[in-house]
Amino acid sequence: MIQHLRRSLILMVACFVVFGLLYALAGTGVAQALFPHQANGSLTANGSTLIGQNWASTRWFHGRPDDFGPYAANPKKGISGGDNPLVANGVSGESGATNLGPRSKVLVSDTRWLIHWWHEHGVDPTTDLVTTSGSGYDPDISPESAYVQIPMISKATGLSPEVLRKVIASQVHGAELGFLGSSYVNVLRLNEALSAAEHAAR
Amino acid sequence: MGFFLTIVVLVAALALAWRYLGSYMAAVFEGRVHWMAWVERPLYRLLGTSPEHEQSWKRYAGALLVFSAVTVLFTYLVLRLQGSLPLNPQHLGGLSPALSWNTAVSFVTNTNWQNYGGETALSYLSQMTLVVQQFLSPAVGIAVAIALVRGLSRRKAATVGNFWVDVTRCLLYILLPIAFLAGIVYVAQGGVQTLAGPVHIHDMLNGVTQTIARGPIAFMTSIEQLGTNGGGFLNANAAAAFENPTGLTNLLDIFLLLCIPFSLTYTFGKMVGSRRQGAALLAAMVLIFGVWVGFTSYAEHQPNPAVAAAGLRHQPTGNMEGKEVRIGDTSTALFGVASTQTSTGSADASYDSFNPIGGFGLLSGIMLGEETPGGTGSGLYTMLLFAVIAVFIGGLMIGRTPEYLGKKIQAREVKLAGFAILIMPITVLVLTALAVSVHAGRVGPLNGGPHGFSEILYAFTSQANNNGSAFAGLSGNTAFYNTLGGLAMLIGRFAIMVPVLALAGSLGEKEVVPTGLGTFRTDNAMFVGLVIGSIILVGALTFFPAVSLGPIVEQLSHGRFFG
Repeated sequence: MIQHLRRSLILMVACFVVFGLLYALAGTGVAQALFPHQANGSLTANGSTLIGQNWASTRWFHGRPDDFGPYAANPKKGISGGDNPLVANGVSGESGATNLGPRSKVLVSDTRWLIHWWHEHGVDPTTDLVTTSGSGYDPDISPESAYVQIPMISKATGLSPEVLRKVIASQVHGAELGFLGSSYVNVLRLNEALSAAEHAAR
Repeated sequence: MGFFLTIVVLVAALALAWRYLGSYMAAVFEGRVHWMAWVERPLYRLLGTSPEHEQSWKRYAGALLVFSAVTVLFTYLVLRLQGSLPLNPQHLGGLSPALSWNTAVSFVTNTNWQNYGGETALSYLSQMTLVVQQFLSPAVGIAVAIALVRGLSRRKAATVGNFWVDVTRCLLYILLPIAFLAGIVYVAQGGVQTLAGPVHIHDMLNGVTQTIARGPIAFMTSIEQLGTNGGGFLNANAAAAFENPTGLTNLLDIFLLLCIPFSLTYTFGKMVGSRRQGAALLAAMVLIFGVWVGFTSYAEHQPNPAVAAAGLRHQPTGNMEGKEVRIGDTSTALFGVASTQTSTGSADASYDSFNPIGGFGLLSGIMLGEETPGGTGSGLYTMLLFAVIAVFIGGLMIGRTPEYLGKKIQAREVKLAGFAILIMPITVLVLTALAVSVHAGRVGPLNGGPHGFSEILYAFTSQANNNGSAFAGLSGNTAFYNTLGGLAMLIGRFAIMVPVLALAGSLGEKEVVPTGLGTFRTDNAMFVGLVIGSIILVGALTFFPAVSLGPIVEQLSHGRFFG
């Protein structure tokens, strides 16, 4: 018993040093040396391409709604703003899904509000535009979900649908290696491309 | 088409792992691998032990229990005291006693049930302490499996191995190198790995300022999956792009969490001197796993009933509620089945929002007892328990004392195997019944109707099987759920490991009976069928009534929605 206890303590401390501290430090060292951009969170001037954000105005392409409820612009809930009122993925809000089940009344009514919101803005929404994601800040939407938003963006920015179609086409990312997962458009990159197109048009 | 190719690539990669990782692991535990001897030997000297000093099953079990108690206590203290400890850039306070207990037990038992949101509750030091357990708990699980394999392969032996040596070898030669290499791949794909703390960014286009939590995420992800642990750095687990950035990392997750459990059947075959015996167990695992992947991914490729009822005109993709676009519906379902039929429990989506039959696929996968292929080590030893039950049933049919690998299976062995198999369903059903009968349990679920019941049932099924995934709508961070859940996890781990080690001891002492004409073969299709039958029968007989009240009612109640 005493022998077991002594060995347990020694192994626990040794493992804490190796797998708790050295492993994380060596991993961070290698990561920062080889892939600093990724290791620091794939940051651009406007955010992280891996964290979906709150696109408040209809002049930007919208990402997927998050777990704070349908587009938060929902007048019933008294929240103003865009689609993703999530301020952060940490600190002031942790990541996570709605966890509403497939026979939830709340999910039915939330989804109805989302569909209604899109129709008001002249958009016939796709599945991803009215469903929340697993993380609450899915950075991507399907290419179709970008194309269906053209009427809304065109009206707000004055850019022609043809120009917008070209902007979207330039941002479509195929499935990984051609078959892993689905093809998608990164909403932050798409809006950065949209901003560049606006500057070019001026 | 994409999904079909994903399966093909996964199968090919796992086949290679089965052959080469399987035989490498056998070499490690037979003491034929030495490239880390420069760490291994000094550590043995420090511990005052060596590979030559083998233990009886009782000493082996004693070492395991004492070591586990020490690691629970250590983890508990770090979580309680994190506010006064270093590496805490967000200045987070300590966790409550009930939550610290639940979390410490959760990581030591390889469950990784998480009643906290990592990015908002834990300091970097606490996360690193949990990573230590993510290395230790799979090593302990594999050690127990190897002890049982030794019991089956040795004759008239009084010992089953040395606990300290088995754990050390597993850590140094198997878990550490694979986890480290995989960690680099995660970072290359976009996984975050920094100790610099959160970052604040002002979006010029949008006029919003974001605070983005970061941390040493990628290297935790690799051991989280490889060790079938499942607990991630972020609350959203593998759904968060910082942890699972691309379709490629999603497949890597699935590969890592399946590779050791499947490959251990090769290790087993090699150590008992017949690869066919290992292949038979592999076949039983693969057949059940394949069926579950099939119907679960089909179910998730169907529209979500609530979204359809809200009036969405066309849903060309399947159920995307709670899923990520870059991963897609079917690959998410594949991930879910892999994660629930090993003891991983990581999630790249909200399992709570799966369609009724999809959710049933996950829940029932855990209920089968986690041996198809199961957790690291725990999968193999649970499968061997079912093999003992299968030869016992076969023996009853032909009226002859059953044997497995030449070892006579007698009353003591059948009692031990039966106890170890039945303790899990008893724990799940009793605790679920208790939770639905008291107020503290009934306030937990987020969803109403049958889905609310499923959330409670899933919680205890997951914890008693050391899985760790959840129908996460359940508010589990209460004294009631933290305490009972901790109890379920301890029972699910140690009330199975101790009888397994007793079985190892009892089988090891026996002589090997020579194979004769009347010997019941355990390496052919008949035996595979008998094992599958035993698994399904035990699972169905114990859980059918409970499952009927949850996902089955939910599937059958067309057009009805619950508040």
